[in-house]
Amino acid sequence: MCETCGCNITPGNTHLVSGEGRHARTPDGHAAVDLLQGLLAENDHQAAHNREHLERWGVLALNLMSSPGAGKTSLLEATIDALGHEIGIAVIEGDLETENDAERIRAKGVPAVQIATGSACHLDAHLVHRALHRLDLQGIDLLFIENVGNLVCPASFDLGQHRNVALLSVPEGDDKPAKYPVMFRAADLVLCTKADLLPILPEFQPTRAERFLRALASAAPFEILSTRGDGNLEPWLKWLRAELDAQRRRLEPAHGTDLSNDHQDERNQGRVRQAL
Amino acid sequence: MHELSLCQALLDQVEQIARQHGAQRVERILLRIGPLSGVEASLLRHAYPLAAAGTLAEEAELAIEPAPVRVCCNACGAETEATPNQLICGHCGSFQTRLISGNELLLANLELTIPERENDPRD
Repeated sequence: MCETCGCNITPGNTHLVSGEGRHARTPDGHAAVDLLQGLLAENDHQAAHNREHLERWGVLALNLMSSPGAGKTSLLEATIDALGHEIGIAVIEGDLETENDAERIRAKGVPAVQIATGSACHLDAHLVHRALHRLDLQGIDLLFIENVGNLVCPASFDLGQHRNVALLSVPEGDDKPAKYPVMFRAADLVLCTKADLLPILPEFQPTRAERFLRALASAAPFEILSTRGDGNLEPWLKWLRAELDAQRRRLEPAHGTDLSNDHQDERNQGRVRQAL
Repeated sequence: MHELSLCQALLDQVEQIARQHGAQRVERILLRIGPLSGVEASLLRHAYPLAAAGTLAEEAELAIEPAPVRVCCNACGAETEATPNQLICGHCGSFQTRLISGNELLLANLELTIPERENDPRD
């Protein structure tokens, strides 16, 4: 339901807004209008548009969220090293200031757009929409949106992603899912990062972190990894491959071709179909 | 601290609806907010006057109705009260529950002052 396109006006309530209708009255004579519409309707509308745009290009978009310094950019660097030769990857980076993270990603040969949010503590669908205009999605299979490091606000804003990934690094403590339930409840996958520090931070107990996650009624996989040395990235890479396959299968019936490789053909076919 | 930007989005929606109804002024805004929406009602109240200044809703009362956290259990079917970080079934303890209330972030109701039409047969 939204005001933008008028889809909240139905045959059942159009008389209220047509100018001739009678409103329910409060005892002191004010007109009362029942609405029940989401406060983030404008953002959600833009997010749906972003998702549609990404799907037209056959792109799977992942929203990466965590505290600042939990290792989002390091994870992306390691992921590009592991998968960059087989999968087309692009990155949108959100930070309050600097191009530092985008430069780290570009150094790996992957296109990256930096959004400097100024003082805004989260990305929203409009910021991502603007970034998408600066990104060529030709040949891209996987778009990472690295959100502003913050365990509070990013959880409330749909960006048009397909999946949420939350990172919880060992130095942060294992009770973060209990302290920030809104964020961790929204995660489709939780990665416990910087596992190489577990031997020197024995107070972090991965089993306890996972227990706090389950208390949020979350069935999201909980994987323990490190981007240093032999950090066991395999469960993460396996999850990515499975999500990419699932996305391809989801999009195939609608389009009939593998969108990720040949957009031009797809567009031409569309024209032919239209002409017929 | 995204309550200010949320207030601006709220006021955009409220003003649009008020204009659609030909309202002169917005008297009262009723929101329904659950703790799992990630929005803090008290912060929203503080941010509201800043965002509302100069709008049709400048003088409006902002009423916020809290929504309780409730889950429905997929295992035993019970509906129970829960807390934001304990969303397990209060009856059987299973974590396979669905949230049925608690993440609302809704504009529920508006009260408007709409100028009366002259010779309105209904009045």
